Amino acid sequence: MNHQFELPGSYKKWTYGLIGAGVIALLYGFIALHPFTSSAHGEHPASTRFWAVLVQNSVYWLLVVNASMFFICVTTMAMGAWQVAFHRVSEAISSVVPILGIITFIILMTIVWGGRTDIYEWLDKDTVARDHILNGKKGFLNPVFFTVWSFITIFLWWLLGRKMRSMSLASDKTGPMNYETGKKWIFKNTVYASLFCVVFTLTVASTIPWIWLMSIDAHWYSTMYSWYTFASTFVSGISLIALFVIYMKNRGQLEYVTEEHLHDLGKFMFAFSIFWTYLWFSQYMLIWYSNQPEETKYFIQRIGTAENSGPYKGIFFLNLIVNFLCPLLILMKRGTKRNWTMVTFMAVLIIFGHWIDFYQMVMPGTLHEKAELMPFEFGVACFFIGLILWGVGKYATSHSLLAKNHPFLKESMIHHT
Amino acid sequence: MDQKTLKGFGVKVKNMAGGIKKFVVGCFDDEKVLFPAVKNVRKAGYKIHDVYTPFPVHGLDHAMGLRETSIHTAGFIYAITGTTTALTFMSWVFTKDWPLNIGGKPHFALPAWIPITFELTVLFSAVGMVLTFCYLCQMAPFVKKHHFHPRATDDLFVMAIECTDKTNDAEAQSFLQNTGATEVHVQHAETGWWIGRYDREQKLYKEEKGY
Repeated sequence: MNHQFELPGSYKKWTYGLIGAGVIALLYGFIALHPFTSSAHGEHPASTRFWAVLVQNSVYWLLVVNASMFFICVTTMAMGAWQVAFHRVSEAISSVVPILGIITFIILMTIVWGGRTDIYEWLDKDTVARDHILNGKKGFLNPVFFTVWSFITIFLWWLLGRKMRSMSLASDKTGPMNYETGKKWIFKNTVYASLFCVVFTLTVASTIPWIWLMSIDAHWYSTMYSWYTFASTFVSGISLIALFVIYMKNRGQLEYVTEEHLHDLGKFMFAFSIFWTYLWFSQYMLIWYSNQPEETKYFIQRIGTAENSGPYKGIFFLNLIVNFLCPLLILMKRGTKRNWTMVTFMAVLIIFGHWIDFYQMVMPGTLHEKAELMPFEFGVACFFIGLILWGVGKYATSHSLLAKNHPFLKESMIHHT
Repeated sequence: MDQKTLKGFGVKVKNMAGGIKKFVVGCFDDEKVLFPAVKNVRKAGYKIHDVYTPFPVHGLDHAMGLRETSIHTAGFIYAITGTTTALTFMSWVFTKDWPLNIGGKPHFALPAWIPITFELTVLFSAVGMVLTFCYLCQMAPFVKKHHFHPRATDDLFVMAIECTDKTNDAEAQSFLQNTGATEVHVQHAETGWWIGRYDREQKLYKEEKGY
């Protein structure tokens, strides 16, 4: 069978259609929202909206595609052979990291060096000097640290991800491996995978959500926050892999992917939805229980108090329904996880749900009650989705869709849950 | 009727739910022989009582034509029973029976109850599923189960074919021999137990993928 994927016309149409819609939304933003007007004390919410939406989308989609490389590395380290049948799909998604990384970096740099105190309060030197708490966090909440660490992070994701991909691609050319060379190759993969995982832990699972997202609410902190962000993006990343696997399978590719592989992807989606809820609830309950004003502030901004409901109450509970109740009740059944249509539906729902999750992470601290959920917000999301489609399509068509010389391929072919 | 097998059962044979049955037992020493044997035995129309293996064999349930277990449905029902029990009990205690002011929290303090609700959900489903499993496998403390072959727990795959009054056991024995059984014999055994016999549903053999 031919494992060379050719992009169908409809794929290209969707790619350029989505990018086009995104560009229109961005143009609208540039013209109507006056992004370069200062909005120091919230007197120009339109320009704050522009940057807040960009932060939400760029960070979300970057972390989602990066989760794909994390998935590859974790399964490599665990000698998980089942995913080899669709290994190239995860690789293709992770190949979008540099594109989205550069875009995210540019957006964050414009915000930080443009002194957008409406997004990051700690950019204002006078406020920091007056504010005891912000003064204490000055060591890492400052433009230089932010820039250097963001750069290192995105650079390392790109570098180690590229190494993982190039090792996989090189195996196509070297021919079938015998026991010795296969062992060496797997070992080399494991080494780079573990390096990536260390970097991942130091970035996505700790510092990056702190400086990119949690510092929006600079006075507030939660030790759960990074894990929560990680869980959010990882479950969306798995859903994205599942979507592309199903799409390629529908297009007659990935001949070794069966219901068994889909079942395991579905299990990941189910399990990490529950994991996300666990972290969400741990964060919520501890703050609710101890009831300290500097901590409850975060939730009061969102759901409000018993007397006055906050502006994000609907979204806050929608978030829980879409990301916890739906996966719990729908994905629990074995039959659903083996049903291509249901997994597609759930994957779309989960990706949307966590996009909403990121929305309620970013908006309350920046726009307060002035946030909107209008075509502009969705248009910017379309832009990033279009870019992902474009990058995945490019990678998937320029390389074979089957890692045919992977030593574990046979194990993946006979995979049985 | 073989009286030996009745030792330990203080009841009349006729009243037992399962009763004494005749089995043709074949022993296999290789999984690779076992699978086609299971297939051929079913194809020939014999009823497999059970296959005893030293370790869980992937896909054997499917090959034997057993229907999917519904223990997870039972588990789900136990779980929601646990959830309801926890929530109703706690809300009754803390709002009606004995309302206490705990740290100024509302009496109906849902977030604080979630961990306990979760624990009871898990507890109910786990205990319920273990008991159901024991029932389905006809296991209980002090109930002695018949062993078709002692090596079934060690290194032998043992297949027991249930004989009806129409089964020619000599024929069944030679059939098993031909499918590659290393040892074949006939046994009489009690299959029922004190609360009745649970019969596994088996699908009739048909040619399809995976069988």
